[in-house]
Amino acid sequence: MTDFLELVVAKYNYWIYITLMMIGLYAIIAKNNLVKKILGMNIFQTAIILFYVSTGVKEGATIPILEHAHGPAHGAETHAIHAADYMNPLPHVLMLTAIVVGVATLGVALALALRVYRHYNTLEEDEILAQIRKK
Amino acid sequence: MKIIGLIIALTTGGFLVYAAVDFPDWADPQSPASTHVSPHYIEKTMEETSVPNIVTAVLADYRTFDTMFETTVIFSAAVACFFILRTFLREEERRERLYRHVLTGVTVRVKEGGKIPPSDDFERIDDSWIPHDLIIKTICRLLVPFIQIFALYVVAHGHHSPGGGFQGGVIFGASIIVLAMSHDLRTVLQRIGEKVVGVLCAMGVLLYAGTGALCLLLGLNFLDYSALAPVLGVGPVMARSHGILIVEIGVAIAVTTAMVWIYNNVSSRGKYDEGL
Repeated sequence: MTDFLELVVAKYNYWIYITLMMIGLYAIIAKNNLVKKILGMNIFQTAIILFYVSTGVKEGATIPILEHAHGPAHGAETHAIHAADYMNPLPHVLMLTAIVVGVATLGVALALALRVYRHYNTLEEDEILAQIRKK
Repeated sequence: MKIIGLIIALTTGGFLVYAAVDFPDWADPQSPASTHVSPHYIEKTMEETSVPNIVTAVLADYRTFDTMFETTVIFSAAVACFFILRTFLREEERRERLYRHVLTGVTVRVKEGGKIPPSDDFERIDDSWIPHDLIIKTICRLLVPFIQIFALYVVAHGHHSPGGGFQGGVIFGASIIVLAMSHDLRTVLQRIGEKVVGVLCAMGVLLYAGTGALCLLLGLNFLDYSALAPVLGVGPVMARSHGILIVEIGVAIAVTTAMVWIYNNVSSRGKYDEGL
């Protein structure tokens, strides 16, 4: 029992992201409306962003900005920089750009959906398929 | 389809949960992600680039190729939106338009080909126009300059606090989108036109790539900012710090205008006459 609880405490963050990711995947596969599919894609993306950021967390570490980097504050002594005191900056960097790129690609997805709507007058997938088959 | 989707999602989720047992524990300082290259970044950033914010240093110096092409992706996304949606209407093809006489509040419908006498008394309004809420309009007009100053602060202060080109650019773009939503699209287009947006978006990417090319011309690797030291008149370490600021400004310009460009195209369905 204690082993299982330790496992839950150590890994529960991954389970949350997997749940979120599967909600997104289900929406992409099963939803009929194109905008709902796009929203599913965004939920999927959010899960990956959260996963990456969580890999950067370190116990007892602060945000990756060096304290008193340009000389010590009044009265304080100069201290060396230890890697254990700061969180891993790499996932933050990768996700920083991924979030903005995600917004831009969301714009492209919405533009395509708008174009589809202009052509077929609907965003429901089955109705679009029916119109294509009729031709 | 719903059943198949559920089965696929549950199976994939089951495999991922099973695989997650082997992942490093939550907040483990000895995890593989925190032990290889990241200690080098944390310990050497200050002496190599003189930037306290490690995220900014890694973003725009150590992994600057990545960031340059991310900026290019954003630019390409904005251009893709433009090519997918934009339709240029000739003046005579426009449908009938609505004008509002500002002093009396009378709405005038102008048929195809009709013209309104050029005067300030009439303002063009959207088809689905409802009177703008005075509170929303006033608050947004008051807030927009402060949002923009904050955006510039976030860009300029990215070396010392959370911030940088991407964040500041998105905030600046949001301020312009707030203006478009609280007033209308034409208000924004009068202040920052379509051509200006397109040119600035390309200029942002060009500023980034141009800095890299300048480093190449000065005899070092592409985007190695220490080559800029003789141009900027500082030491090689400070030159890297200043180089980061230059490319961050390029990123900020590109991101701001990309956001505005995408919003303008999507909200007006590429016609640029009426927004949301």
